[in-house]
Amino acid sequence: MAGFEVTPFEDLPEELQELYEDMQDDLYEGLADQVVEGTRRALAMGRSPHEILTYGLVAGMDIVGEDFGAGRLFVPEVLMAAKAMKAAMEVLRPLLTQTGAPRIGTFVIGTVKGDIHDIGKNLVAMMLEGAGFEVVDLGINTDADTFIAAVREHNADLLGMSALLTTTMPYMKVVIDRLKEEGLRDKVKVLVGGAPLSEAFAEEIGADAYCEDAAVAVEVAKKFMALKRAETTPQ
Amino acid sequence: MNRFEQLFVDHPIVLGDGAMGTMLQRLGLEPGGAPELLNVEAPDTIRAVHQGYVDAGSMIITTNSFGGNRFRLALHNLQARVAELNRAAAQLAREVAGDRVAVAGSIGPSGELLEPLGTLSFDEARDAFAEQAAALVEGGVDVLLIETMSALEEVKAAIEGVRQAVGDAVPIAVTMTFDTRGHTMMGVSPVQALRTIYEWGIRYIGSNCGNGPEETIAAMTQMAEHKPEDVILIAQSNAGIPRWKSGGEIVYDGTPEVMAEYAQRVRDLGVRYIGACCGSTPDHIRAMARVLGVASPV
Repeated sequence: MAGFEVTPFEDLPEELQELYEDMQDDLYEGLADQVVEGTRRALAMGRSPHEILTYGLVAGMDIVGEDFGAGRLFVPEVLMAAKAMKAAMEVLRPLLTQTGAPRIGTFVIGTVKGDIHDIGKNLVAMMLEGAGFEVVDLGINTDADTFIAAVREHNADLLGMSALLTTTMPYMKVVIDRLKEEGLRDKVKVLVGGAPLSEAFAEEIGADAYCEDAAVAVEVAKKFMALKRAETTPQ
Repeated sequence: MNRFEQLFVDHPIVLGDGAMGTMLQRLGLEPGGAPELLNVEAPDTIRAVHQGYVDAGSMIITTNSFGGNRFRLALHNLQARVAELNRAAAQLAREVAGDRVAVAGSIGPSGELLEPLGTLSFDEARDAFAEQAAALVEGGVDVLLIETMSALEEVKAAIEGVRQAVGDAVPIAVTMTFDTRGHTMMGVSPVQALRTIYEWGIRYIGSNCGNGPEETIAAMTQMAEHKPEDVILIAQSNAGIPRWKSGGEIVYDGTPEVMAEYAQRVRDLGVRYIGACCGSTPDHIRAMARVLGVASPV
């Protein structure tokens, strides 16, 4: 992350701390227009897109994720917050690209072959983006070849699979087995989720983690990335 | 009197049926295929599932029309066949049910999010549910069962759609799925569901699907505590949760014994319409019939 450190929050001018806190509140409330306005104001004050992303958006989504995980928020509130985040990202993304801001990690995600449900998968994708991941969304009805090709092409750190049907759950194992055959299994952590899944099922098919909901998915993804960084950092 | 309503006059406990979708998977429905298409392409398979439940003691059987609205059928490019597939679903169940078993016309969620969260407008949702309801009633159902719902707005769209299409030709029953920390995915609690749906004039209310009996019993406990006198409660739990079996088979871990115990527990709470959902089979229903002391009316 060298070169991209942001000023510690408590060292920011009070006015700016307040602006970021207001953005977090607006994000929590799902007020897209206000979050976009806050983003523009911070840019006008000469703040870096990376700082705005970190304190205005990601910190706000962290609170949303935490409250979702604790059962204080449910899907409607999280979706509205994610939409607000997305609107602000429209403003920030071109600038972030210019400055080459770092990504936490790359996450390939899709609903497995035969399954066309995507509400949960989309929520996970949005929350991961909110947490700073680069997300490659393969959509619905995704076969093993497509997953494998995407993992390779994007040099993915994590692979997420979703299924809502009992008939499509077994396909997750097909993809995991293919990852092994292709010699990719150790390169990527596999996260699975969806209404009929369970911890036991994830273990039985050889996934690395079962994610009960989108908040858990983000937590697990962050944890895996932290472990990976720890492993690859020279002692 | 309407056949469905009469059952509750005649019997303290009315036994529903078990799963359709997971039964069809066992019988060879391809992964991700449209179950509703089998109503015209494999009617004998559908009849056999219904017959299995009637033989096991079900007093209400549920049509194979859960995903029969235009939005879900569109995923299989079948959106132009809503009327045909739902009418066939109702007719098949009616044939097997005869005069004494009641037929519930299954209406599942649109699969879309309503505005402002998603793109589906309330009016579009209502019209789609109306289209489905009209065909189910034409095919001969005794009640429309709006089930596995997570959003109250969508329940409202379905109720209004039914009333728009068929007025009060048949009663309406509504069950939601409380699979997220005691709430629906959209954050609706059992008591909130009960009160709101009651306000909309519905008297058959409950919980279905989800993560197995314990969760369903928890939701029904809350509903039972707050239930107005004139509400008949419904419980249709999944038979546990699906597990992986080597060889690629998926098996629900709730045995007939587990479901029999669940049936007794929800009966003790005052639930009168007791059935099962995903993963259950005629064996589960038979075990439930036995402990509930319910004899098939046929």
